[in-house]
Amino acid sequence: MAQTGWRDAPDLPDFSLLKRLARDQLIYLLEQLPGKKDLFIEADLMSPLDRIANVTTLKQHEVDKLYKVEHKPIFSTSDQLCFLIRPRVQTVKWVCDIVNADKAVGRFRQYKIIFTPQKFYVCDTVLEEQGVYGDVTTDEWGFYLLPLDDDIISMELPEFFRDNFLEGDQRWVTTAGSALHLLHSLYGPFNKLYGIGRTAKMAYESWRELLEEGEQKPQKPDIGNVFLIDRDVDFVTPLCSQVVYEGLVDDIFRIKCGSVEFGPDVTSSDKSIKVMLNSQDKVFNEIRNEHFSNVFGFLSQKARNLQTAYDKRQGMDIKQMKTFVSEELKGLKQEHRLLSLHIGASESIMKKKTKQDFQELLKTEHSLLEGFEVRECISYVEEHINRQVSMIESLRLLCLLSITENGLLPKDYRSLKAQYLQSYGIEHLLTFANLRQLGILVEQQPGETLTVMESKVGKLVNDKTAGKLTETFSSLAKKSNFRALSRRLTLVPKSDEEYDLRVPKDMAYIFSGAYVPLSCKLIEQVLERDGWTGLEEVTRMISGHEFAVSGGSNGGEARVKTDAQRIILVMFLGGCTYSEIAALRFLGKEKGLKFIVVTTAITNSGRMLEALLDH
Amino acid sequence: MAFVTANWNPLGEAFYRKIELYEMGWNLRDGLRDCLIAAAPYGGPIALLREPQRRSPSARPQLEIYSASGSTLASFAWKSGVVRQLGWTVCDDLLCIQEDGTVLIYDLYGTFKRHFSMGNEVVQNQVLEAKVFHSPYGTGVAIITGAFRVTLATNIDDLKLRRLPEVPGLMEAPSCWAVLTQDRQSKVLLAYGADLYLLDNTSCIPVTPPGLSPQANSIVSMCVSFSYKYLALFTDTGHVWMGSANLKDRLSEVDTKVRSPPKQMAWCRRPKSEQPSVVIMWDRHLLVVGTCKDTIQYHLDDETVLVPELDGVRLISSTHHELLQEVPSACEEIFKIASMAPGALLLEAHKEYEKESQKADEYLREIKEQSLLGEAVRQCVEAAGHEHEPDTQKTLLRAASFGKCFLSGFPPEQFVSMCRDLRVLNAVRDYIVGIPLTHTQFKQMTTQVLIDRLVYRKLYPLAIEVCRYLKIPEYQGVSRVLKHWACCKVQQKEEADEVVARAVSIKLGEAAGISYSEIATKAYECGRTELAIKLLEYEPRSGEQVPLLLKMKRSQLALSKAIESGDTDLVYTVVTYLKNEMNRGDFFMTLRNQPVALSLYRQFCKHQEQTTLKDLFNQDDDHQELGNFYVKASYKEKRLEARLSLLQSAVDEYNKAKNEFAAKATEDEMRLLRFHRRLEEDKGEHLMGMSLQDTLQILLSIGLHKQAEQLYKDFRVPDKRYWWLKLTALADKEDWEELEKFAKSKKSPIGYLPFVEVCVKRHNKYEAKKYVSKVTPEQKVKAHLAVGDLEGAAEVAIERRNENEISTVLSQCSASSDRALLDRLNRARNATGKK
Repeated sequence: MAQTGWRDAPDLPDFSLLKRLARDQLIYLLEQLPGKKDLFIEADLMSPLDRIANVTTLKQHEVDKLYKVEHKPIFSTSDQLCFLIRPRVQTVKWVCDIVNADKAVGRFRQYKIIFTPQKFYVCDTVLEEQGVYGDVTTDEWGFYLLPLDDDIISMELPEFFRDNFLEGDQRWVTTAGSALHLLHSLYGPFNKLYGIGRTAKMAYESWRELLEEGEQKPQKPDIGNVFLIDRDVDFVTPLCSQVVYEGLVDDIFRIKCGSVEFGPDVTSSDKSIKVMLNSQDKVFNEIRNEHFSNVFGFLSQKARNLQTAYDKRQGMDIKQMKTFVSEELKGLKQEHRLLSLHIGASESIMKKKTKQDFQELLKTEHSLLEGFEVRECISYVEEHINRQVSMIESLRLLCLLSITENGLLPKDYRSLKAQYLQSYGIEHLLTFANLRQLGILVEQQPGETLTVMESKVGKLVNDKTAGKLTETFSSLAKKSNFRALSRRLTLVPKSDEEYDLRVPKDMAYIFSGAYVPLSCKLIEQVLERDGWTGLEEVTRMISGHEFAVSGGSNGGEARVKTDAQRIILVMFLGGCTYSEIAALRFLGKEKGLKFIVVTTAITNSGRMLEALLDH
Repeated sequence: MAFVTANWNPLGEAFYRKIELYEMGWNLRDGLRDCLIAAAPYGGPIALLREPQRRSPSARPQLEIYSASGSTLASFAWKSGVVRQLGWTVCDDLLCIQEDGTVLIYDLYGTFKRHFSMGNEVVQNQVLEAKVFHSPYGTGVAIITGAFRVTLATNIDDLKLRRLPEVPGLMEAPSCWAVLTQDRQSKVLLAYGADLYLLDNTSCIPVTPPGLSPQANSIVSMCVSFSYKYLALFTDTGHVWMGSANLKDRLSEVDTKVRSPPKQMAWCRRPKSEQPSVVIMWDRHLLVVGTCKDTIQYHLDDETVLVPELDGVRLISSTHHELLQEVPSACEEIFKIASMAPGALLLEAHKEYEKESQKADEYLREIKEQSLLGEAVRQCVEAAGHEHEPDTQKTLLRAASFGKCFLSGFPPEQFVSMCRDLRVLNAVRDYIVGIPLTHTQFKQMTTQVLIDRLVYRKLYPLAIEVCRYLKIPEYQGVSRVLKHWACCKVQQKEEADEVVARAVSIKLGEAAGISYSEIATKAYECGRTELAIKLLEYEPRSGEQVPLLLKMKRSQLALSKAIESGDTDLVYTVVTYLKNEMNRGDFFMTLRNQPVALSLYRQFCKHQEQTTLKDLFNQDDDHQELGNFYVKASYKEKRLEARLSLLQSAVDEYNKAKNEFAAKATEDEMRLLRFHRRLEEDKGEHLMGMSLQDTLQILLSIGLHKQAEQLYKDFRVPDKRYWWLKLTALADKEDWEELEKFAKSKKSPIGYLPFVEVCVKRHNKYEAKKYVSKVTPEQKVKAHLAVGDLEGAAEVAIERRNENEISTVLSQCSASSDRALLDRLNRARNATGKK
């Protein structure tokens, strides 16, 4: 650890308030429709809803049966139907179909649509076009934020990424602004806000507008500073394979709304088990941020400790035994259960990931990040595609290749694309169109050969092997923003030093010491400099929209470093990965800060690329 | 000052005073004779219509509007029909009720606002009499028609006409009538001879006032108090009956000894007073009648009108404007001759103090001994509020302030707010402004309404002063006034747009909570579109600009403003609007210039209107997107022919977009589909829709090597891929013979390590070993290890002197069984290490 001697990091504010608010509001809305009613819920709202109000709570407020909103006829006998949905055209249409089907058979019921977190005008248009506008009543449930853990809050809006960055549909920006406003009114006033990215700027402005309209009660702030960042500022980080335990679990088992379902291969029984993954889980809490190579060590140590605790039983008299059973045994058993689950999960991960292939995959990724042996990487990717290893993985490598190299050579671009289409079908023509639009997978433009001398020199210095000169020259023709950014911010540590993953020295540990995530590095730098001064070149390369402004009306006075000022809220617009969260937790520990991550959704390479497919 | 009580007259227990408010500034040649006249309560304006019956076009009656001090606000010739009655609404609008039942509404400055009709029945039978009344529900109008039926509207802003039931036997005009507000509805009390009827929505009930002297043959006049609580009736015998409006109690009955019917009657009572009284007016003669047997008589020099107020009656004649009221108790206590009330003593003490006389102390001591000093101060402050003369006010306030010095912890609020109120009241009572409000009225009316009235009279500077002085929050105060000012300013047609816009922006610049869009809307309503647009530019919230811009048909501008606001709902509103307003071509062109709106609309079309989406791309000549569109459409298509034709369209579009790659890929797909079809026809294998790779895989696995070979050639599948495919397929089938043949067919582009690996995967080490020798030197160690040949691996590694490889082998050796090998390897490693 570079710095010690910090005071204890401040306590995090209590975010369960957000849940309570959401629940109360939902109950209020349900009671607006008195009497028994059936509740239809949008599929991806089920898990978040469960965190806010479980079935018992819903039943208490006269919800009779629960259904998923689907595009098929319904079999409800209730006279009151309530729909809890996202403001999506598709879903609204489904609801319209239900209403129209009832009308066709002359059935009369009460319909109420609750949109969350807000209703869009377009929903009304659809209702109108489908001729049911007068038949339904609508409401909004301002459920913007779901606390997943002590320091993670999710908006649970995975579509934010595609809608905003690919489709250019900015409708969710105001939602993000409202979410920020909610946090501000509960935990503000903010002292300072920093941000980078177009959407971040817009979300900030939308928040500002809300702020001007309403009045802020003077209160002691819980959150000092805020950092807003667009996902498209840094695509490299989410595209890398995650090797931190929590990230790995997400990559392999997919954590959904803070809980994961471990299949039979993990539980070593024939059942699947659903586990909540958060700081309540003592075992998980200790290993979530660890590099995977350390996890086994931790777990076996833990197992030994557990055994010792159990062993205490020997030589106890009856009385001691009684207290042991009543006080400790339950905890131990619980811990035991979790421990065996995590060991199972680790084993399953080991099976999948420690094979030769995975090592080679990581090696390729690291080479790409370093810009080293690029030709070999390309052949690796090619083989990957040819052997149909995995549709998403191949795509991920292609994207990583393109971003780190600032586009593929036209020859490579065509041949890789052609091979990919042969492997996975022509429909991916659209996927490629999307990726190109987003700038994740592009062809180098022939005119873009100008590279400054500096980059050439830098490159030569960076490459430790002189034998790779040819390699270097072939990649000289490209203007590489990632490469330049990486140099300027030293994202890729010198590889000749041994990196001890047990005692990480910087945030790069989350990628085995090969790469410091750009997003987190930016946050670190800006907080250190209290703004963007000195980072002009960096912001120019990211193509900016950066800002640093003081927050609420009375932000200027608080010069004293209060506890709140050491609590930093980072809002990822378009999703963030568990690796990034781990990196920020590490940064927090180093600097005596506490980070709260607010994200539109938890993402990883798989989710991100799947969002860009066109089915 | 000396004779405060000079104009006091006793009536029973109470005193009445008549204060002169103004000497009228108007110049009426014929006085108030032959006039319809209406004065608004709360010191409101006065409307005058001269000779209303005149109909000849050459000499039209003149409608004049004056302030309460008699300065002209408006004057114009009346060109509409014959007016029966004038009246004022609660917000100072003038109502002119014509004989055909049409009601015309004018503002204070004689600008026509709107009109409404009292219904067909009234049109037919004409208006006999009309009354304008005020209630908590707004301003109402009641009419008695020529058919002696009553039609009534409780609130003219929410017009609901009610025709009240017929009065049995009513064959001529009622002798008198009044509108009451009881039980949350308006009723009419109507006298016909000696009979009284109460009419409500559904019924007509005969009523008898308790204790009305039986001699009376007819009730000739009646009036209701300001609060609708009390009723007074005047009979042909000259008796005045006073009682509650619900006709349950009688207060008193007084014989006035005058038998002729009075010209006007009005209640004169201050709130909470125990002493109600009625003012009755005949020509030249005014009588104040209370509950006691006494009366007060005044002589009138001139034609006069009574205007009932909350706390008195105003008397307006052609020369003077006076207020007749019961002397408020605080004033009475202080000024009554020889009063020993604490307030009176304090006033005296202060007088002595100013004279520097030690008597001041005596008086003070006297009050303090009874510990009534607080009471004394309160009395003085209160009395000051009721006094009209600033000098008297000052004297009283000074006395109060003096008394306050001898009190500790006396709450200052009453004193301070009274000073403020009086300052405001004196300002509005000024002759120029002409709103003679009493303090009681002011409190009832609230500051907010007073400011509204000032604004309505376009007294903007005064209104702003009042707001600032009373420290009204900017949003409700100054900003609101400024907004009204600006709305008025934009109606001044003689000034150029540029000038007005600049003037407005300079004045309003820093005020909080100003809505420029509201002002702009006003400008637009006055037909000044250009000005409206200019004003909108000052509106900081772009969202606010959009609705008006749409109304003004500046849709392009509205769209960019909506986008600027960042509110996608707003953008969408404009887009929907445009879609309905414009023809398709223009609509698409507009969207083309606005990417945000375009993508929003595209999102919508994707779900709702696929064909529109296509048109949209067509319009833009976006061939790339069109190509994608067709490709997407092709998946949804089940029939092969349709699918092919969609793909062909995609190819055409991609070609137009110069995207050779995509065109080629799509063509390949078409070829593949045709191939699938042939395969289905020939071999009955259903592979439709599979990717090239999957197709090959299946072909190889079911042994259709010839077809696979053909695909491999036709589609120029890379050698490596093909080898991998065939290798895996053969190994999966465990067709080792074919595999060996394949390995020997030509040099493997993927090397021979994969051969070893697939065999091992199938647990066939025997076959695997066949290929080990063919593996390139770099991969040989791996190959040997894969088949479990440690010796061989060690051999190669040592031979190659590769430290890494030696280590890899070492890690696979177990200490017990491979002793010798371990030693050899270690030695070799040391050797390479040294070198």
